[in-house]
Amino acid sequence: MSSHVINYDLDPSKRVPLVAGNNDFKSVTDIICAPVEQPAPSWWWIATAASGSVLLLLLSMLGYLFWEGIGIWGLNNPVAWGFDIVNLVFWVGIGHAGTLISAILFLFRQKWRTSINRFSEAMTLFAVICALIFPAVHTGRPWVDYFLLPIPNSMAIWPNFRSPLLWDLFAFTTYFTVSLLFWYVGLIPDLATLRDRAKTKTRKVVYGLFALGWRGANRHWQNYEKAYMILAALAAPLVLSVHSIVSFDFATSQLPGWHTTIFPPYFVAGAVFSGFAMVISLMVIARELFGMKDLVTMYHLECMNKVILATGSIVGYAYGMEFFVAWYSGNEYEAFAFINRAFGPYAWAYWIMISCNVISPQFFWFKKLRTSIPVMFIISIFVNIGMWFERFVIVMTLHRDFLPSSWGYFRPTWVDLSTLVGSFGLFFTLFLLFLKFLPMVAMAEVKGVMPAANPHLGHHGEGH
Amino acid sequence: MRKKHSFGVVCEFQSAAILMKAATGLRDAGFTKFETYSPFPVHGMDDAMGLKHSKLGWIVLCGGITGLSGALLLQWWTSAVDYKLTISGKPFFSYQAFVPVSFECMVLFSAFCAVFGMLALNGLPKLYHPVFKYSRYHNATSHTFLISIDKNDPLYKEQETALLLQQLGGENLEVVED
Repeated sequence: MSSHVINYDLDPSKRVPLVAGNNDFKSVTDIICAPVEQPAPSWWWIATAASGSVLLLLLSMLGYLFWEGIGIWGLNNPVAWGFDIVNLVFWVGIGHAGTLISAILFLFRQKWRTSINRFSEAMTLFAVICALIFPAVHTGRPWVDYFLLPIPNSMAIWPNFRSPLLWDLFAFTTYFTVSLLFWYVGLIPDLATLRDRAKTKTRKVVYGLFALGWRGANRHWQNYEKAYMILAALAAPLVLSVHSIVSFDFATSQLPGWHTTIFPPYFVAGAVFSGFAMVISLMVIARELFGMKDLVTMYHLECMNKVILATGSIVGYAYGMEFFVAWYSGNEYEAFAFINRAFGPYAWAYWIMISCNVISPQFFWFKKLRTSIPVMFIISIFVNIGMWFERFVIVMTLHRDFLPSSWGYFRPTWVDLSTLVGSFGLFFTLFLLFLKFLPMVAMAEVKGVMPAANPHLGHHGEGH
Repeated sequence: MRKKHSFGVVCEFQSAAILMKAATGLRDAGFTKFETYSPFPVHGMDDAMGLKHSKLGWIVLCGGITGLSGALLLQWWTSAVDYKLTISGKPFFSYQAFVPVSFECMVLFSAFCAVFGMLALNGLPKLYHPVFKYSRYHNATSHTFLISIDKNDPLYKEQETALLLQQLGGENLEVVED
């Protein structure tokens, strides 16, 4: 094959193959089922033990928090929002790539999504679980979280539906639920495959129960495909709404540096940017360890790197535009907020953000770099660091408000840092369990994009 | 009930293309109570089998309308009727501020209807089905394709139907009893 393939050729057989190597349906099933059916490799036990210990760190930090209250965090006046909201926005942003891949790329008929969508949807779910922890505990009193729900309580008071913090509750719970449903619907046919391949009674029963008796009948597939399409069509605006609503937490306030109309699109682009970077970080390792290089090919990785480049450039543009508008508005408080971000006490965080988010993705303009595994891995890590710092920089706008006498500086305590590190433990523990017990690539979907799946194959001249 | 579970003849096909041709052949021969099984959705099979469109869209539409109106009603009742809170002098029923929650509830209800509606239309969960008794069924969720013809089909005659399936490319034919 020549190195230059026109990938939008009307004849699908001339495009870059989505499944490499000499694979047929059976070998695809075998490759994908192997990690689930074979005994876990020793690295899996080591990794799970390690991330499990980090998860224990999270649990003990939460226990300490519930016992002691939020005084153990570095919050102060004026910085009343700290790591809790930074981590919330960071994790929920990570999740967005999964929904983008599963929903928006599906609607755009981007068939390369099939081998990475299961993986990234799992990432979405686990990232949203990590994110949800922070708003649930950020008052230090999780037992009064039910105040958020519109249920008649003893004070006869209702939640304030005009508050973006309440919108968040609805956005997150809807997002989590819809992502879970979407993921599960995608899993049903694959669980049926695992059920039918099961060698032991336990596996047969467990996978059989979760497969709900799926039998691959065309009358099933007909409704299934319709449901999948509708879920994609629902999830696409949903994912845009979720990070827009997250940005409303900031944008509907009166604070210079937060009160801007650019926030929703800028947050969504940033979310997709960080999420794709996380998919790259995880996928580069997983495809290596599980021998999935025929299914997740360099073409897939390159596509994702192009998305990182595009969204990274949007994020860079947004940073520039924020500065421009701050100056162009002629509002001195607005201008001060931005000059203070770049040159004030938190300049170190600002420049980490700029170098990780604006500069590092620009290397992906070069094909050689965006098709190099070590380069993309390093850049994806940088992007994740940068996107965490973006949220930190935005939240730290609080530290200098209108009155210099009330200026302050936020320093995270060891509890803040341990909770952040611990949330990674939760994320990776869930992810490792997923890799072991569920098929990490959507089998039915990958088979559907293989040339042999085309029922018109071999009918030359019929044209399709 | 007995009648519902009595089953018919099942056979295997080696590719999606042969399956498609066989389904078209059965449709043209006048069979209606037959089913094809494949490890992934085969495009064009609905037409080949002569199936009508899925009704799922209408179910989801009802769910979406319920979610949207329910959320608006809830917000109106709680904010403008039951316990009025004055917030920055804004109107009690400020529909602009109610857009996010209404939208999210619409999506949530629609998604529930899409998933549970799909399962209901498919008659799932249903952990037992006679086709599972076909000795080579376990390959049909991995790499082979099946056709089953129900005994209750008016055109079903065991010998002739079996012969027809074999002519259409079916292999490993078995008569499956419930």
